[in-house]
Amino acid sequence: MQEIKREDLIAKAAQLLADGTVDRVIGWKKGEFDYDVTPAVFTSKEELENEFVWNDFCGANFSKYLRKEAEKTESKAAVFLKPCDTYSFNQLLTEHKFDREKVYAVGVPCNGMLDDSKIKAAANGISSVSEENGKVAVETLYDGKITLERNEMLAERCVNCKSKKHVAYDELLGEDGEVLDSARFDEVAKIEAMSADERFAFWQNELSRCIRCNACRNICPACTCEKCVFDNPDSGVENKAIADSFEEKMFHIIRAFHVVGRCTDCGECSRVCPQNIPLHLLNRKFIKDINGFYGDYQAGAEAGSRAPIVDFTKEDLEPGEAVERGGENA
Amino acid sequence: MQVNGEFKPLIVAFCCNWCSYAGADLAGNNRLNYPAEVKIIRVPCSCRVNPMFILRAFQRGADGVILCGCHPGDCHYTSGNYYTRRRMALLFSMLDYLGIEKERTRVEWVSAAEGAKFAATMNDFVEKVTALGENKRLEDLRCKK
Repeated sequence: MQEIKREDLIAKAAQLLADGTVDRVIGWKKGEFDYDVTPAVFTSKEELENEFVWNDFCGANFSKYLRKEAEKTESKAAVFLKPCDTYSFNQLLTEHKFDREKVYAVGVPCNGMLDDSKIKAAANGISSVSEENGKVAVETLYDGKITLERNEMLAERCVNCKSKKHVAYDELLGEDGEVLDSARFDEVAKIEAMSADERFAFWQNELSRCIRCNACRNICPACTCEKCVFDNPDSGVENKAIADSFEEKMFHIIRAFHVVGRCTDCGECSRVCPQNIPLHLLNRKFIKDINGFYGDYQAGAEAGSRAPIVDFTKEDLEPGEAVERGGENA
Repeated sequence: MQVNGEFKPLIVAFCCNWCSYAGADLAGNNRLNYPAEVKIIRVPCSCRVNPMFILRAFQRGADGVILCGCHPGDCHYTSGNYYTRRRMALLFSMLDYLGIEKERTRVEWVSAAEGAKFAATMNDFVEKVTALGENKRLEDLRCKK
């Protein structure tokens, strides 16, 4: 259950539209099903009242939308940002990807979002999902009503939430939280503890499901190149269908490498993956290594910070030593 | 690659123009032996090497990739090799995480005066990769002859 109510968000958005602060609001609207919440741009109070949604499926991170949306008109756009979205917001500002003056950021507290694939695994033929006394009530076509524990349905990134604190906003609705001491690297450490053969088998199994839909790249707030290397016909990996298992490894290694030091660990890549590949485990490995090798660094924690990959010291670790350390770098 | 029933690895060595490439030259001038399986690719600086180059080398049939640059502090462009050091530490750690043998990749700092070190490094690297055998985990079947 979310602390803040849909009505409060609509009231805030309507007020911003009415007093002329902004001419449009980026928010969530209902998709085909209750769990398909899609990003949308609202320009009037009527639209907001009819279509605006704020529930446990509002996972979409709007920071990346600002890159194109902020340029569209002369006036400001309002955007709702959850705590993890504000890290991406700062990171994009650091990279000068949008004009801060063109955006009015409204921070909204978040109690964690649900993973629709977990709900789908627990219930067949979902007709509606709602909330009842802090639990998830699912109406199904075949089995009637099913009640699920909210904690068990949380998205992986929310189970290991790194922060409830907003690091950037113009205005905050509700209470701000704290940076949390999450166990987000436990899963990475578990893989590191496996033997090389087991690790290879694990990743082969995960990555072989990749259908190269590019959703992880397109949603990623750190992937903001005008022209992506994978769109280059000469890259050798631009084919839609994977012809050789090399391609999926190449794609995922390079995708993760290109956001090193810029990935805020917002978890959007894993959320949108239609094949449920745990892509965040690749990004987190890099974050864990950076923390272990070069000192703790959280991308997006403050605008304008310098990422470790574009910095150096004379006493850095040698690559050979880094590999020898394996998982014992924390 | 199998030659007369014996496995001969294909090694790609990225060498920076200012130190390691000259080091390889010195090894040659001094008649120091290093295996013919080592194919040198000259790059302006070790930091010219993009992670994609390394993966691409494996794709096209390399069994090991070694990256040689100036010693830290001696870079012709002042700081290029410091960036290489960070990038490759992260990339190699990721390859290891994906279960790809860590002996297949290496970074060595070889100066223009270190012909002997160049030859010794290559001999050692080729020996290690030969012991590992063919690169199966990062191969692309379409590129196999």
